[in-house]
Amino acid sequence: MFLLLRLCTVAIVVPVLVVVYFVFIGGLPAISWEFLTQGPRNGMLEGGIMPAIVGTVYLVAGTMVIAVPLGVLAAVYLSEYARRGPLVRLIRLAITNLAGVPSVVYGLFGLGLFVLLLNFGQSLLAGCCTLALLVLPMVITASEEALRTVPDGIRHTSLALGATRWQTVRRVVLPNALPGIITGVILSVGRCAGETAPILFTCAAFYMPHLPGGIHDQVMALPYHVYALATQVPGAPPRLKWGTALVLLAFVMAVNGVAIAWRARLRRRRR
Amino acid sequence: MRYTLRRATEFVIESIVRLSGVLAIIFVVAIFGFLVREAAPILRHVTLGEVLSGTRWLPTSTPPQFGMLPLILGSALVTLAAALIGVPLGVGCAIYIGELASPWLREVLKSTVEFLAAIPSVVLGLLGLLVLAPFLRELLDLPVGLTALTGAGMLAFMALPTIVSVSEDALNAVPDSFRRNSLALGATRWQTISRVVVPAARSGIVAATMLGIGRVVGETMTVLMVTGNAAVMPTKLSSLLRPVRTITATIAAEMGETPQYSDHYHALFLLGALLFATTFLVNLLGDLAVHRGQVR
Repeated sequence: MFLLLRLCTVAIVVPVLVVVYFVFIGGLPAISWEFLTQGPRNGMLEGGIMPAIVGTVYLVAGTMVIAVPLGVLAAVYLSEYARRGPLVRLIRLAITNLAGVPSVVYGLFGLGLFVLLLNFGQSLLAGCCTLALLVLPMVITASEEALRTVPDGIRHTSLALGATRWQTVRRVVLPNALPGIITGVILSVGRCAGETAPILFTCAAFYMPHLPGGIHDQVMALPYHVYALATQVPGAPPRLKWGTALVLLAFVMAVNGVAIAWRARLRRRRR
Repeated sequence: MRYTLRRATEFVIESIVRLSGVLAIIFVVAIFGFLVREAAPILRHVTLGEVLSGTRWLPTSTPPQFGMLPLILGSALVTLAAALIGVPLGVGCAIYIGELASPWLREVLKSTVEFLAAIPSVVLGLLGLLVLAPFLRELLDLPVGLTALTGAGMLAFMALPTIVSVSEDALNAVPDSFRRNSLALGATRWQTISRVVVPAARSGIVAATMLGIGRVVGETMTVLMVTGNAAVMPTKLSSLLRPVRTITATIAAEMGETPQYSDHYHALFLLGALLFATTFLVNLLGDLAVHRGQVR
């Protein structure tokens, strides 16, 4: 019986290695300075992916500008202001369910609300708003956990010195929770960089000859570029597909690696 | 004077914080409300019953037909197959990590599972398209490799991190005294696991299954890339080896090309609302199972 359990584990670990193997073997030959710094040429059959890399960076940055303040404030409410009760239970239920909404539904919502109703058009702005909704539950959950690790004694001391509630939160609690909040934010950067479905109809451009000039421009993005190369460009060399996938995977893994290393350092320092 | 000013600031800030707090509720309601609003116009032409039981999805022919049954069954088939593959594997792996592995191996395995969770779905889709599909086609001698089974395999793989980590949490929550008592009564290690630990963690494992299914139903890019996307009725078991088309893939593939506010546009929103309702229900059940586990 134990052998069976071991086999289950092997059946999970081996495919993970297979994924890494194929992406690296397929992608490494494509990686070059030109690949990373030039745009696609010749109907996407040659050239590089620089606009997609820049687009993904813009998207992630814009998303975080929207999601982080909202998410942190929501977490402050849950951990510092709210009293236990049906409202908090309802909020938590909403957060869980928001985290479970399929990404393509976020895409639909973003298209209907931001692109059409609010008339943002297919743009960086609409894409960032949509992605911000998607990562919001992650930011809230991580920030709340970080706020809860701040010892109550510090809060009481600050309040006893005559500080108001908000002064306590801003000058005492938040600075103490900041490293934990940053870990959560970095992890959501990784999530947001790899999402395709929400940007499919809100901002992703198949091909753009120039970089986006403002928040009302469409952008190219790495995950959409992988999808486009794989299914929309007949005859695209596999080298390019794997190469783009490798850059995306490396980006996401680097971001996650930073978050994990940062978290480990935090834990050590706390002890 | 300064005192009143400070109180005013405090009041304003507290209101802002409070508003951000309930934002999650507002968003969930807004998303569902919006999906329904955008879906409603399609029901002026056809009834909900017709749409749900219709067997032909031909949104661009004249007259268009919006029978969603093949898509619903497509999603159901892929999800069911993925659950059949993923749940036993995931729970088995969780038991191994939680009960048998040495501490360092446990850390390695947990990181591997976390790594898997972080891989973007479009990368896995590419892998399914270029590696798994040709492999299955050769292996099973099929005309095309892009089938329901290919999709189910990839989806099972993607649901594993959720299933493993939630099940493992549930196993961890079982008090050690249970294990020691069972062993002291002369039960073997396997008997302890199968008769004591796993039953005690049952509601957590149910939750893991539900949350894993929630992930599978909503997964889009991988399915779009590897299931072949033919909107045919999957009626027989052999449909597993044929292309199918799921709800998510239909939305993702067609929304970009449909005119705004056309019947087709509204029909796709109806699919979205259906999808939202399904995942909401599945996640709610999963969440309830988690909480029931905590109370006990």
